[in-house]
Amino acid sequence: MTLSPKLRKWLLYAGVAAVVAYCLAPFYWMLVSSLRRTSDIFANSPFPTRLSFENYLAVLDPSESFTRALLNSLVVAGTTTVVALVLATFTAYAMARLEFRLKRLVLTLIIATSMFPVVSLVVPLLKMFVDFGWINSYQAMIVPSMSFTLPLAVWNLTAFFRQMPDELEHAAMVDGCTRGQAFRKIIIPLAAPGMFTTAIITFIAAWNEFLIALSMTNKPEMQTAPVAISTFSGASQFETPFGSQMAAGVLVTVPLVIMVLLFQRRIVAGLTAGAAK
Amino acid sequence: MKSRTIRALQSGGAAFVGLAALAACGPAGAAKAGGRPTFEGRGPITYVAGKDASGSVQEMLDRWNERHPSEKVTFVQLPTDPDAQRQQMIQNAQTKSDAYTVLALDAVWTSEFAAHRWIDRLPEDRYPLSQMLKPIVETGKYRGGLYALPFSSDGGMLYYRTDLLKKARIGQPPATWAEMKADCAKVKKLPEARGMSCYAGQFQKYEGLTVNFAEAVNSAGGVVTDAKGTPHVETPQAKRGLDFLVNSFKDGTIPKDAVTYQEEDGRRAFQTGKLIFLRNWPYAYPLMAKKDGSSKVADRFRTAPLPGLDGPGASSLGGHNLALSASAENKATAIDFMKFLSSQEIQRFTLSRAPGAPTYEALYKDPKLIKQYPYLPTLKQSILHAVPRPRVFQYGDVTAAIQQQVYAAITGSTSSAQALKDLQQTLRQQSAGE
Amino acid sequence: MVTTQNQAAPRALALPAKPPRRRPRATSGTGRLAALLVSPTLLVLVVVVLYPTLVALKDSLYGTPGLNPKTGFVNDTDPFVGLQNYGAIFGAAGARFWNAFWNTTFLTVTTVALETVIGIAMALIMHRAFQGRALVRASILVPWAIPTAVSGLLWRWIFNSNGVANALTGQHILWTTEGFHAKLAVIIADVWKTAPFIGLLVLAGLQVISKEVYEAARIDGAGALRQFWNITLPLVKPALLVAVLFRTLDALRMFDLPYILIGAKKTSVETLSMLAQDQAANVRFGPAAAYAVILFVYVFLIALAFVRLLGADVLGDDGPARTRRWWLPRRRTEVAA
Repeated sequence: MTLSPKLRKWLLYAGVAAVVAYCLAPFYWMLVSSLRRTSDIFANSPFPTRLSFENYLAVLDPSESFTRALLNSLVVAGTTTVVALVLATFTAYAMARLEFRLKRLVLTLIIATSMFPVVSLVVPLLKMFVDFGWINSYQAMIVPSMSFTLPLAVWNLTAFFRQMPDELEHAAMVDGCTRGQAFRKIIIPLAAPGMFTTAIITFIAAWNEFLIALSMTNKPEMQTAPVAISTFSGASQFETPFGSQMAAGVLVTVPLVIMVLLFQRRIVAGLTAGAAK
Repeated sequence: MKSRTIRALQSGGAAFVGLAALAACGPAGAAKAGGRPTFEGRGPITYVAGKDASGSVQEMLDRWNERHPSEKVTFVQLPTDPDAQRQQMIQNAQTKSDAYTVLALDAVWTSEFAAHRWIDRLPEDRYPLSQMLKPIVETGKYRGGLYALPFSSDGGMLYYRTDLLKKARIGQPPATWAEMKADCAKVKKLPEARGMSCYAGQFQKYEGLTVNFAEAVNSAGGVVTDAKGTPHVETPQAKRGLDFLVNSFKDGTIPKDAVTYQEEDGRRAFQTGKLIFLRNWPYAYPLMAKKDGSSKVADRFRTAPLPGLDGPGASSLGGHNLALSASAENKATAIDFMKFLSSQEIQRFTLSRAPGAPTYEALYKDPKLIKQYPYLPTLKQSILHAVPRPRVFQYGDVTAAIQQQVYAAITGSTSSAQALKDLQQTLRQQSAGE
Repeated sequence: MVTTQNQAAPRALALPAKPPRRRPRATSGTGRLAALLVSPTLLVLVVVVLYPTLVALKDSLYGTPGLNPKTGFVNDTDPFVGLQNYGAIFGAAGARFWNAFWNTTFLTVTTVALETVIGIAMALIMHRAFQGRALVRASILVPWAIPTAVSGLLWRWIFNSNGVANALTGQHILWTTEGFHAKLAVIIADVWKTAPFIGLLVLAGLQVISKEVYEAARIDGAGALRQFWNITLPLVKPALLVAVLFRTLDALRMFDLPYILIGAKKTSVETLSMLAQDQAANVRFGPAAAYAVILFVYVFLIALAFVRLLGADVLGDDGPARTRRWWLPRRRTEVAA
């Protein structure tokens, strides 16, 4: 199986093009559809025949309070990420660095919590939060989001902490650092790429959450972006507002795409570091 | 539900709260006096509905809020998807939350919400029900009591191509299925009708299929369930109704695509000239009459009552009614607000903004409105002949069973006789089993 | 939103065990410190997962209250039915459950298999590509960054009967109707969203394989295919295995994609999560809870079997690792040595 270098190069280009096309084509279609007029939304031309921003104007209309919804999503996902990351850092450190009884049980428990179907968590949580008077509050969305972000973050960080050589920490402790100082000054900086990756993954998971956010809010000013999209309607109850759904979809995705573009080097670095051990 | 809340609370270690909830079991704020509930409490309330397309809801609320500064109404907007709306309302009822006060309830949910006591029985004498069309008022009743106040209705109509019928020298729109098929045969001989299909309704596996099936059964003289909720689908009438749909799919009267049709797909097919007849709701009228080039049939269609087996058929009724959440507060305000929102004045205003089916008889005769919506007289006929969809408390299960069997029949995977036999059995189990 | 949140986990867990070596012995304070560090996480998980799970377990023992024929109202109390809700799956009414069970299994097997194959292919291509590397990496993250709810809408739009999928293929498939094509639509949409992520994880694994290994293989005259089969695959296997495990666990709980793309109550694509949700939506909390518990047990058993059979090192246990022997000496060992 020897191929000429030139042919190999072209094959590689073709492969790269295929990967990019595979990933971006549906997204491109979302973008194109969002730029069509309502009347020619069913056109299948690769470019909008008449470029129109009417869908974006409709989505960003003050009556939809979609910008507010984006802000809510940002608050919920951001807080969830920070809290999950802090809690998970403690736990992961213990998992990776300390010997204690029941460690296996604790890890099993944390993994098992992400095996229960989320659809069945909502009603009991809702009842609980109604009693707390938490309906329409950020914490009612943030706390349940912990159910899936926290295990994720713990697993991730445990792996990152494990891969760091014990010797460094020991050396620091020999030099008179306490365990806490060693953790802060040695472990955290070293684990930065891992924490960064974990943060992004957690953020995206929380950003995408729908079911909980839908159940825990009933005021438009507290809804998150995915919930807001679900309330879009066409000119009548029977029309599906494909155009504005696609436009809102683009608006929800773009911040993440930009974030990923800015930090893709670090995400990949973090991931690689994790596997590099 | 109550027991469930209590159980949840107890397991949370708050048994005494549970007992308190038990003590407060009656509909909050609706003290029973001599068997008749009185509605007490005034103050701010909420109005809960899916998004209104016309944008007129907020305007109506503003009108109310101006007049009642201390009893303001806030609009709680739910997702567009009806299932999600129902889900949210049920969750609110189960958690006994007072977040929702007045609910815009889909006409078919009335029985379920009333049977679970999620909504209060309303004082009938406070509302001008006699001025409304009787079949519409019926959709708000459960076991003889009024639980939801008619607010907006909806009825199916037959849209037809006037230009093609005229060319084929057909004077009247069809009143029966046989006439419709005969008319199609004539129209299809015209050169401009090349490639057209005869008829479509909503046959995707969703609520629309239940509507179309119930209409077919009713139009053949049958009933899906009787007033007591007992199913009667294993009858010759029901079979003739279903056979109309099944055979129409087989002989191409209904195009094969139509198994994916919801309201909008049918409308698009009709307005791009692919259909001669279409069953749809009034909302489609102004859209298809648009002269901006989006509709090829503007000025070339009209509406007629749905055809049936031996004469005009019977429509199903859609629409939303206003109900009062049992766990709400400020119920006196809510009762007044519901009266305001369902008033003729408001309905006239809403109708001037967006097409629909008002509940007051007088509005169907209003010349100004008829000029705006020429379908109104037809729609009134359609509603007067209408039969409500099954009124059973477990409507969700009933409609799922109907969709399952009817879909199997129209796609040819079972015979119509077998489908109805299975359906009868399922519905009987559902009504007996629970 | 809820089904795909764990893609990231595999890499973290992919770590094979450390070489057996002396760890610092637990000092007397370690246990207390560990308890202190672990307890906040456990507390939160107990509140948001364990408590609802126990409620579900309890609810699953209760039936649906019936209608009082005299008053026309539904009874206030739910009858206690014991294990009847679980037993019901073997009765006549169990058909829907088993359909959902097989759908769940089928969708899981097919999507995970495809995602793995496509993911590996993507990783191999990306590993070789040097020009436009940033573009490729950024673009493979796009499907993952689109919220599942939105991606469901997007694919429903693409698979519309007048949509671009039919226009491109020149077919007239009614994707969202009952039938095998509905399953296919779900598979395509799900693979699109998650394959890039497996690709990324495998890529991370590939990047630590040293060039010398390949050079040695080339000198030995191994072809590209043999190199892949004998070197690449074994080397990325631990990472891959755990990636596949966690994708499997996620896929088994699939809910929103089929729900949004095809719709509720569609026999062709109804999964166990959808069934549980539908039962709850129709105020039958007993059966809903029972299905949720069964699904939980199923997911748990699969995870267990996976760990036992394939030796996926989920818990990251120390001790001699089964996966260890495929690994060649790596930088790490050199550092430690």
